[in-house]
Amino acid sequence: MKEYICIICPRGCHLTVDEENDYAVTGNGCLRGVAYGREEAMHPTRVVTSSVRVRSEKYPRCPVKTDLAIAKSDVAKAMLLLDGVELVPPVHRGDIVIASLFCGEANFVATRDIDE
Amino acid sequence: MSVVETNGKQTVLDGMVAIEMLDKYELIVIGGGPAGLSAALSAREHGLKRILIVERDVDLGGILNQCIHNGFGLHYFGEELTGPEYAAKFVDRLEGQSIDVLCDAMVLEIIPGEDGHVLRLMSMEAGYCTVRSRAIVLAMGCRERTRGAIQIPGTRAAGIFTAGTAQRYVNIEGYMVGRRVIILGSGDIGLIMARRMVLEGAKVLACVEIMPYPGGLARNIVQCLQDFDVPLYLSHTITKIEGKERVEKVTVQEVNDRFEPIEGTEKVFDVDTVLLSVGLIPENELSHVAGVEMDAKTSGPIVFENGETSIPGIFACGNVLHVHDLVDFVTTESEGAGRAAAEYVLRQEDTTHVRMCENESYISLVIDESVAYTVPQRIRVLRIDDGVRVFFRVKAPHKTPKRIVFRDGERIVASFRRPYMTPGEMEHVTLQRAELDNVSGNELLISVEEIR
Repeated sequence: MKEYICIICPRGCHLTVDEENDYAVTGNGCLRGVAYGREEAMHPTRVVTSSVRVRSEKYPRCPVKTDLAIAKSDVAKAMLLLDGVELVPPVHRGDIVIASLFCGEANFVATRDIDE
Repeated sequence: MSVVETNGKQTVLDGMVAIEMLDKYELIVIGGGPAGLSAALSAREHGLKRILIVERDVDLGGILNQCIHNGFGLHYFGEELTGPEYAAKFVDRLEGQSIDVLCDAMVLEIIPGEDGHVLRLMSMEAGYCTVRSRAIVLAMGCRERTRGAIQIPGTRAAGIFTAGTAQRYVNIEGYMVGRRVIILGSGDIGLIMARRMVLEGAKVLACVEIMPYPGGLARNIVQCLQDFDVPLYLSHTITKIEGKERVEKVTVQEVNDRFEPIEGTEKVFDVDTVLLSVGLIPENELSHVAGVEMDAKTSGPIVFENGETSIPGIFACGNVLHVHDLVDFVTTESEGAGRAAAEYVLRQEDTTHVRMCENESYISLVIDESVAYTVPQRIRVLRIDDGVRVFFRVKAPHKTPKRIVFRDGERIVASFRRPYMTPGEMEHVTLQRAELDNVSGNELLISVEEIR
């Protein structure tokens, strides 16, 4: 049994997910809670946002994000990859900073334009 | 001083780029964050041609620039964006709109006048200038409450930051603010910073909240605290900060229902950093000086249904009006204010309309003790097309379904069911024109009631 707080709406239902019973969800106020609870229990994912160095006088840091949600268990490893990165302007939103994380489909991309 | 006046135009240097600033605008928007950007774009769309945005930072975008996490835009754009991406969508739309932008500039004073309002402003590049405008949109946003506002006893060691200041240091300047962190207050910025500090390698020992319920969104409690096993202490507060040069120790105590520390519940945390997320205050110094009528409950101006303040032609929107939890609602609210400012300016040419508006009657929205505030506070029924959206916050959490009731004397004008409400999440309802047309008094009383 795993317990979660549903984040789909402000009500914040306390969900219980039974992994041994086909991930049955209880405590949900609506059907969206079932989908959320199952997903969190089976393969939780998160979008990771952070910042990297950039060689710019005006902006010492450039914000980045993963363009897809990655496995929650990979978040700490993904952060370590950013440590050595330094970008050189011009940087545009959506520019790939680190491609195919852990050989998957997600990339770290820039989320801000830095021209100079 | 790099201001040159020629034929009513003054050329000022904004950064390295010279812009031609007019000496008279139809609309000046004070603040280039999400509220100001939406208001200016909306006013342009509704027919104004001479618009100036004044921003005190070196870039447009406001606080969104340092909010590098995602979750913005779900309501407005139907997708999850980071703060800089959300801001960029609006800054991009400015392109080709011939809206003047003056960054790195402070508005010092607004002097209201019957024949347009006067603004005194100052910037490193432009020096001191005076600009006139028919209409003004106040979009200055809000600022954080500090340690001084909540008076935590202890030494004045280094290492005590508001969460937003720490956010700027880490995300924009690239400085790490500490290694062992405690967070006071469970507002969204504090929660977001808990996660950010952990991801950057710090240890966040606790998040401490004086209220018996969390202040921030449930989503942030889950993804910023629970994901990283940061304990949340509800009904607790910091009662002592120790440390000579730098913070060394913090004492946390449980509080009773009168928020007094309970003896014997002391817990001591070895930390070098305290982050405060203890509330936001709309930044209304300019509004006060202009003489705009204020609401003690929101700490923002009192506004009518279209965002107009008590001074004709001065409008307010975004966090300067009331503190929002979602930027999406700031955007829609500000679009309304921008449109109203445009209508105000364009109707000025119509003198019969101006006369009609003098001494126009309105309905006041009055709240009982179950509601924290409403925006707008006043509704001029004749100005409403179909309906008017009323934002409000409840005073205490309601875990069972309740209804929000609008009463004209004894008569119920409108009633809305809500399955769950909490002070941390702003609510809104829409009152229909037809419902308001039937109101006989000049007040509507709003309350949260049991469903019978």
